[in-house]
Amino acid sequence: MAVTGAVLVLYLVAHVVGNLKIFYGAEAFNDYAHWLRHVGEPAVPARTVLTLVEVVLAVSVILHMWSAVTLTRRASKARPVKYAARRKTQASGYAVHTMRYGGVVILLFIIWHLLDLTFATVNPAGPAGLPYDRLVQGFAPERWPVTLFYVVALVMLGLHLRHGVWSAFQTLGLANGRSYRPLKIVAVGLSLVLVLGFLSVPVAIAIGVIK
Amino acid sequence: MNLTLKVWRQKTPDDKGRMVKYLVQDVSPDMSFLEMLDVLNERLILEGDDPIAFDHDCREGICGMCGMVINGVAHGEQRATTTCQLHMRHFEDGATVTIEPWRAAPFPVVKDLVVDRSAFDRIIQAGGFVSVPAGSAPDAHAVPVKKDDADAAFDAATCIGCGACVAACPNGSASLFTAAKITHLGLLPQGQPERDSRAKAMVDQMDLEGFGGCTNTGECTAVCPKGIPLDTIAQMNRDYLKA
Repeated sequence: MAVTGAVLVLYLVAHVVGNLKIFYGAEAFNDYAHWLRHVGEPAVPARTVLTLVEVVLAVSVILHMWSAVTLTRRASKARPVKYAARRKTQASGYAVHTMRYGGVVILLFIIWHLLDLTFATVNPAGPAGLPYDRLVQGFAPERWPVTLFYVVALVMLGLHLRHGVWSAFQTLGLANGRSYRPLKIVAVGLSLVLVLGFLSVPVAIAIGVIK
Repeated sequence: MNLTLKVWRQKTPDDKGRMVKYLVQDVSPDMSFLEMLDVLNERLILEGDDPIAFDHDCREGICGMCGMVINGVAHGEQRATTTCQLHMRHFEDGATVTIEPWRAAPFPVVKDLVVDRSAFDRIIQAGGFVSVPAGSAPDAHAVPVKKDDADAAFDAATCIGCGACVAACPNGSASLFTAAKITHLGLLPQGQPERDSRAKAMVDQMDLEGFGGCTNTGECTAVCPKGIPLDTIAQMNRDYLKA
């Protein structure tokens, strides 16, 4: 959980930085998308770096889900008889209780997100459209349900990271009593920065700041 | 005070079990939770019923025998308190109180509220000890121990092995118990020679017993009557990964 989660968080940081290039205009964004496909040329063939990143991400996502499913199955095997009284949470924290269903929401979101903006099969601009046009047409005001789904999924992602980021340090034995507070502050800060960064693009398009 | 109790009754380990409702009258607010159950049991015996079986021993909050899930919370909602030290003044007159045993596959119910916690004994047998001839107590200053380490080891050593951590964990994990033992021995000089093998053996035994995995929810430390801190689990993970 912790190692694959860390890989995915590092990717998200790079992803959000790239997204924000849209605020520099269509050309800058399309050039950036072009650069991603040709980085390292001519030392390596086109798409080498991008394909490597895709493979690492796919493996991380699969192992992350495999760990989650294993933990969930072990948990239900460890408690075959449930409590009759409603279990009241005694620890603080809401985010921790969203990890499992939140993870499923995020998975559904990733599938839609790939179909929408990577393969563009469900995007109005279509596979032939330039990356900038796919974004602007995909989050156009009349496609508000799509934008809403992005907002919900990103909030779930924020909650997921709120627990996941500090939890990874705990799992890897890198945390101790003194570092819990700073780690949790970092977890909240990173979640907020990522969620707001990601949300800025679809919201900016939906309200017409970016056309 | 008058209370309505809903208690888990199960005759044998194989019995299906069910919740049974009891009315308990004239409960003194100064009674402990177990004394309140004693009063009910005396009445049940007089009426020819089978008394409710529950574990208890010292009734001073230090032996780790007692423990039940009260209104969905292990040892009740009073923090850092064993069931025997929980007093009836924390309940409202006329309240309905649900009482269940620890629920975990590695803790099978023996009868009513009594569960078999031998799984904990086997985790200890796997490595929760120091294999040196201890002899008589050495001089306190013969082997210097850093104050921070001594404090952390002592905090971990206060674990009484009651099993509330398992009962409260949404994953049914025994990580807090195992981590407390690993931290307690691993921070002291006497525990160093077997530090790696101990962490590995105890964690492997914990998994073998069928406890769930830790997802860092913190429910365990919140109900722990001894307030064992969550960083013992980080210490366990550190030692296990190193081993």
